[in-house]
Amino acid sequence: MARVLVGVKRVIDYAVKIRVKPDKSGVVTDGVKHGLNPFDEIAIEEAVRMKEKKIASEVIAVSCGLQQAQESLRTALAMGVDRGIHVEVPQAQYDTLQPLHVSKILAKVAQDEKVDVIIVGKQAIDDDSNQTAQMTAALLQWPQATFASEVKVEGNEVVVKREIDGGLETIKVKLPAVISADLRLNEPRYATLPNIMKAKKKPIKKITPSDLGVDVSPRMQIVNVEDPPTRQAGSVVPDVDSLLAKLKEKGHI
Amino acid sequence: MILSNILRNSKNIGPKVNGCRLQSTLIIAEHDNEKLATVTRNALTAAKKLGGEVSVLVAGTKIGSVVEEVTKVSGVAKVLKMEGDEFKGFLPEVLAPLVLATQKRISATHVLAGSSAQSKSLLPRVAALLDVSPVTDVIDIKSPDTFVRTIYAGNAILTLKSLDAVKVLTVRSTSFEAAADGGSGTIEDAVPAGGYEKGTGSEWISQELSKTDRPDLASAKIVVSGGRGVKSEENFKMIYDLADKMGAGVGASRAAVDAGFVPNDMQIGQTGKIVAPELYLAIGISGAIQHLAGMKDSKTIAAINKDPDAPIFQVADYGLVADLFKAVPEMIEKIK
Repeated sequence: MARVLVGVKRVIDYAVKIRVKPDKSGVVTDGVKHGLNPFDEIAIEEAVRMKEKKIASEVIAVSCGLQQAQESLRTALAMGVDRGIHVEVPQAQYDTLQPLHVSKILAKVAQDEKVDVIIVGKQAIDDDSNQTAQMTAALLQWPQATFASEVKVEGNEVVVKREIDGGLETIKVKLPAVISADLRLNEPRYATLPNIMKAKKKPIKKITPSDLGVDVSPRMQIVNVEDPPTRQAGSVVPDVDSLLAKLKEKGHI
Repeated sequence: MILSNILRNSKNIGPKVNGCRLQSTLIIAEHDNEKLATVTRNALTAAKKLGGEVSVLVAGTKIGSVVEEVTKVSGVAKVLKMEGDEFKGFLPEVLAPLVLATQKRISATHVLAGSSAQSKSLLPRVAALLDVSPVTDVIDIKSPDTFVRTIYAGNAILTLKSLDAVKVLTVRSTSFEAAADGGSGTIEDAVPAGGYEKGTGSEWISQELSKTDRPDLASAKIVVSGGRGVKSEENFKMIYDLADKMGAGVGASRAAVDAGFVPNDMQIGQTGKIVAPELYLAIGISGAIQHLAGMKDSKTIAAINKDPDAPIFQVADYGLVADLFKAVPEMIEKIK
């Protein structure tokens, strides 16, 4: 049976309207509602389903970040993950922590824990990078199945349906492999109260990047973070005729 | 006084001289073994902002026509070709080692591709092999090492300076014009035969592409989009009819895709496609943050929604508060 590793990121809740800091160094995160990255919930759900189908023997969740990352790990544990690993990164390094660093951490943990499958979300909704799965696969020299909307494990291979620009594509990858979850892979479950209570007893191991021998020194410098240009307020038109007239005036129809 | 002027001037011209002499950009062409994808032409325009020589790598199972097409695109100095059956399905495990070997051979300082599902799979893999941090979906290039991109679903704009020796970038196609023809690039082999280690581990099986005669979403001048308010797959016919009358591409919100009204490749938003047409007409779409991320750079936005408080009206140039089941048929009838 396969051992599965899932990547978990704590991000600002998807429904929050973010604010840029006045000094343009980043966005305001203090006192802002955070949650599990929605794509990671899907990754966790898929891993837990593998366990329920007896394809996976153990599911381990890893999160890299501040102390608060443990909240996200607890959510993963409440969804059915067996144990957590928190790779603690202090604020000073967290601000410039990149998918490359996270990938190196995931790759090292995957080797140490002897996992066969890594599942992560296709992108984090804060930095919108869409890189971690691909980079982790590269570092391990494993095949990758990105933007998965259907995953079928068949012995030592995984058949994955992928969401691509023109439609869907099916590929087959040999295990061990890295999979990134797209939105339509599954519908994540809600953690029930008894499971949330049980999750409190599940173990979370705390380590640092240096324990793993991973260098997290910055690969980029933030020049600034700004608000996007705002659109001029528009007008409400009374009926279809006026809408069509306006569009005609602008030369659209 | 003179010294300080020299220092100041040398500071100004320094990077430019370096830029011309040392910069070399490798663009990964995207194609279907017949035609070059438009996103690659967008990437070529971005590459011009970097300065330096531009080479384009064309790999595939049958690349003759694409190679010829690329040589004619303005700004292309060299076309680096590699043909082989192993490139079937353009698998990143197979392409990444070739890109890496090609980058090394020409000492490319920048590796670029237009943002697409394919390049988002491939370029981070290449970057990790180079031990550099890639930059996704660049919307502007300030200098050879300073790039602009959006974060938080387009709600903040990050300008960053890359500290890595080789910059690996995907560029957002709606932010750069497509490069036109007018070039005369030379053709050579990407690397000598047997000149790199081939990757394996994955196998391409099949594709189910959505067939459509409508304009491609990414390049359509008008996009008509439907959301949850359209209510069913059958009702979406109305959206297609309106789009056909307007010569438009058809998009959708996540709600419409999740509900099964339309296929996933029509989704517009943070995690779907990003469009910036002349006119975006949102029908029965509330305008969630995640949807706005994919369309708010459209020149004109018009919205039809029966809820006057829908967030879409905060970005719409023209808003019509109406029942779409009345308004859309009326539009279809009245557009000549």
